[in-house]
Amino acid sequence: MATIVEPTIFELSSPGRLGVTMPASDVPATALPPKNLLRSELPLPELAEVDVVRHYTRLSKFNYSVDDGFYPLGSCTMKYNPKINEDTCRLPGFLYTHPLQPIETVQGNLVLMYELQEWLKEISGFAGITLQPAAGAHGEFTGVLMMAAYHKSRNDTKRTKMLIPDAAHGTNPASAGMLGMSVVTIPSDERGNVDLKALEAACDDTVVGMMLTNPNTLGMFDEHIEKVVELVHKCGGLMYGDGANLNALLGIVRPGDVGFDVMHINLHKTFSVPHGGGGPGSGPVGVSKRLVDFLPSPLVGIVEEGDDEMEPLYGFITPKQSIGRMKAFHGHFGGGLVRAYTYISMHGPNGLKDISQYAVLNANYLQARLRGTYKIPYDRICMHEFVAEGAFEGSDVRALDIAKRLMDYNFHPPTNYFPLIVHEALMIEPTETENKDTLDRFADALIKIAEEARSQPELLHDAPHTTKFGRMDEVKAARELVLCCWLPENYESMR
Amino acid sequence: MTYIPISPNERDAMLKTVGVKSLDDLFDAVPKKHRFPKLDLPPALTEMEAASLLSEMANTNENVREHMISFLGAGAYNHYVPSVVDHMLRRGEFYTAYTPYQPEISQGTLQAIFEYQSLMTNLTGMEVSNASHYDGATATAEAVNLAFAQFRGRRKKIVMSPTVHPQYREVIRTYSQGMGLEEAGDDATADLEVGPGALMSLIDENTMLVVVQYPDFFGRIHDYTKLIEDAHAKGSLVCVVANPTALLMLKTPAEMGADIVVGEAQPFGIPLWYGGPYLGFFTTKKSYVHKMAGRLIGETVDNRGQRSYVLTLTAREQHIKRERATSNICTNQGLLALASAVYMSSLGKTGLQQVANLCYQKAHYAAAELSKIDGFGLCFSEPFFHEFVLCCPKPASEVNAYLLDHGIFGGYDLGTDYPSLENHLLVAVTEMNSKQEIDTLVEVLKEME
Repeated sequence: MATIVEPTIFELSSPGRLGVTMPASDVPATALPPKNLLRSELPLPELAEVDVVRHYTRLSKFNYSVDDGFYPLGSCTMKYNPKINEDTCRLPGFLYTHPLQPIETVQGNLVLMYELQEWLKEISGFAGITLQPAAGAHGEFTGVLMMAAYHKSRNDTKRTKMLIPDAAHGTNPASAGMLGMSVVTIPSDERGNVDLKALEAACDDTVVGMMLTNPNTLGMFDEHIEKVVELVHKCGGLMYGDGANLNALLGIVRPGDVGFDVMHINLHKTFSVPHGGGGPGSGPVGVSKRLVDFLPSPLVGIVEEGDDEMEPLYGFITPKQSIGRMKAFHGHFGGGLVRAYTYISMHGPNGLKDISQYAVLNANYLQARLRGTYKIPYDRICMHEFVAEGAFEGSDVRALDIAKRLMDYNFHPPTNYFPLIVHEALMIEPTETENKDTLDRFADALIKIAEEARSQPELLHDAPHTTKFGRMDEVKAARELVLCCWLPENYESMR
Repeated sequence: MTYIPISPNERDAMLKTVGVKSLDDLFDAVPKKHRFPKLDLPPALTEMEAASLLSEMANTNENVREHMISFLGAGAYNHYVPSVVDHMLRRGEFYTAYTPYQPEISQGTLQAIFEYQSLMTNLTGMEVSNASHYDGATATAEAVNLAFAQFRGRRKKIVMSPTVHPQYREVIRTYSQGMGLEEAGDDATADLEVGPGALMSLIDENTMLVVVQYPDFFGRIHDYTKLIEDAHAKGSLVCVVANPTALLMLKTPAEMGADIVVGEAQPFGIPLWYGGPYLGFFTTKKSYVHKMAGRLIGETVDNRGQRSYVLTLTAREQHIKRERATSNICTNQGLLALASAVYMSSLGKTGLQQVANLCYQKAHYAAAELSKIDGFGLCFSEPFFHEFVLCCPKPASEVNAYLLDHGIFGGYDLGTDYPSLENHLLVAVTEMNSKQEIDTLVEVLKEME
């Protein structure tokens, strides 16, 4: 039997125990529906409030978070999440407005959304923005749908191929796959740029477009970006930008100016919306002029112009050739849009540029500190992240072992085994919210681990040692597939 | 305001280590003509100024707690959220963590989501739940993806009841654009008086999925057992879109034989928040687990013999399967899954049953009182839970405009989505509506000319 460190909420249940209770009914009683429409039992836990608070507080302590320490997870932009955002998004005027209220009663929300649309347009250089997508991958799907709709509207029906570099996030090909497109992988050259010869060979009149992350997942800004865009546009394709790495570009370059046609923006990366242990995210999408009519509906717009005495009236508008609705209601308003709005308003144009400059400085500083100890396969000035090789000649230590050993030094490991084109990849993104001391301690730890890999490799193979939990048996999880638990009295019958 | 913790001296030392003279020198790879655009944005605010600006914007709204009496539902419900829920969510250990890719230092998130999965399976009666989707609408669209994958494109028809939430049907149409599906039943002009039986004639050997809602968009409780039997006889899967509060009282879709049960879990501890973020739940039978999208947490042990939890069956997901993945889904609604878990456990079985009962009792009181008013009446005779359709003597838009002048959101104007229902108002009542509020609604409507 495995040791139980913390019982589940079901195991903590005790029949008859009461938690938060509701007031008595203040209306005359009505009979319940006929018995054949009622459930026979409700097998849910029974606990007191103190049981619940202690349980979830104990669980929280099993987590490592940005509030605990350095979290250099590549391509995830684990920056500090300002506390003021947590207060603004919970203002009663935002918390307690219903998505179907008449627009006259929610002008505060609509002005916020309208201004955020305008700000994101200005930051990204796009002509239109939808705030509806719920996350990055959802934004990607939105973008790919618009690309398909654009070609279809021109009766350009031959286009079925999506060009995707080998360094791309897995969501890119998956998004294209959802529309039945075939994916053509474009290799990277030795400097981490798109291989122009391979791209040119793939460009023809069957190309829907290209999905490019720039800077890419190697942290490299493509040195021939204008040529890449030109080649794709010349064959009639559209350029999709994966905005996962936008934290490197604020006030540095606007993707719309370079010729991108579509890009999703991860508010939960670049604009400080917390990651929440896996969500909710928020993934607005920007588009160039030729795609604005295809944006999802509805968008926020001015529905009645104002004048000297009257503020304009904000409301919803439907683009002419809209691809339709991507989710119910208006996007991740409270959790995503209000936090991002707060963050942008507190930075202004210079503050945003600082963010990207320092994100890039921190990455280059770490890269410089690790050069010589770790192989950096694409070694030039990087943007907000870089990729090192987590392997040493003559040692069987792998990137995974290094990642796990870092936990003993009280750091969250970098992303490992991604991008796929780097052997034993360790993808490191420090973000701008770390100071020099933290970066030095992290670099020192990695240098020490490189020594340990030679002198005491077993220390790495069994790592982590100082954490509450050790390495997990993932094979057992997949083979036995225990995906839920039950109340103790139901255990035998259900399992 | 800045959150950058680097002093000018430190910056200069770091630049020296990197081997460049200035921050700007780090960006030589960016095309010169596009480098360092001047952004036309308002100047930076301090925290104090931003707090005041945002308060002002929030205060411009009329909200349903401080200003308005509200009977709006239609997919988003005004419920009481116990104080403990937000206290747990505000723990930085939860909300500033990433997806639990490193299980050794993510057991808090992993166990909490495992418990969420367990709460949802026990609620719906289904065998497995994933770690959540963006919202109820996209969870329903993912049910279509599951069915499409299950039949590998050999069946291409979906039958959707016109009384599935109109926005959910819209999202399914958007999502399925690349699948070449035949769609039946999704007709807002159909005869809406008839029950689920009307769908039976649409189900054939090419049907991969039937989608119904429970209670349906008009609040009606149908027993779908017979429909599901018939659909199964034709080889089709059936997805039931369910309201979680109603499930606390009503027969589970699992008991009716449903293959997939999805829905919007916003009523479980998530504020209205002007429509999001919410929480899409997705539960199904174990046999479909490999075709299900989304993250999944499974139980295992660590190398010290301790029970623990990991993301499992990840081979289904986009970062492994890339273009062959069932879905491109990456982010889930982790923190809100935690919210619903804390909501369910802090109210517990008894508190939850009280919530469901209050909703039911108050809605029925409201329905009874409203239908006594001259010219008003209940449009349908089927049993309902906490939402019902009120037939009005004039267009619902006019009724709502009149009520708005009296500080009341009367309900959802069904004419927005159903051309034949322009005089129909969808009224939702929850535990948040006092008898006094209901009586005020009735009194105000009595005075309407």
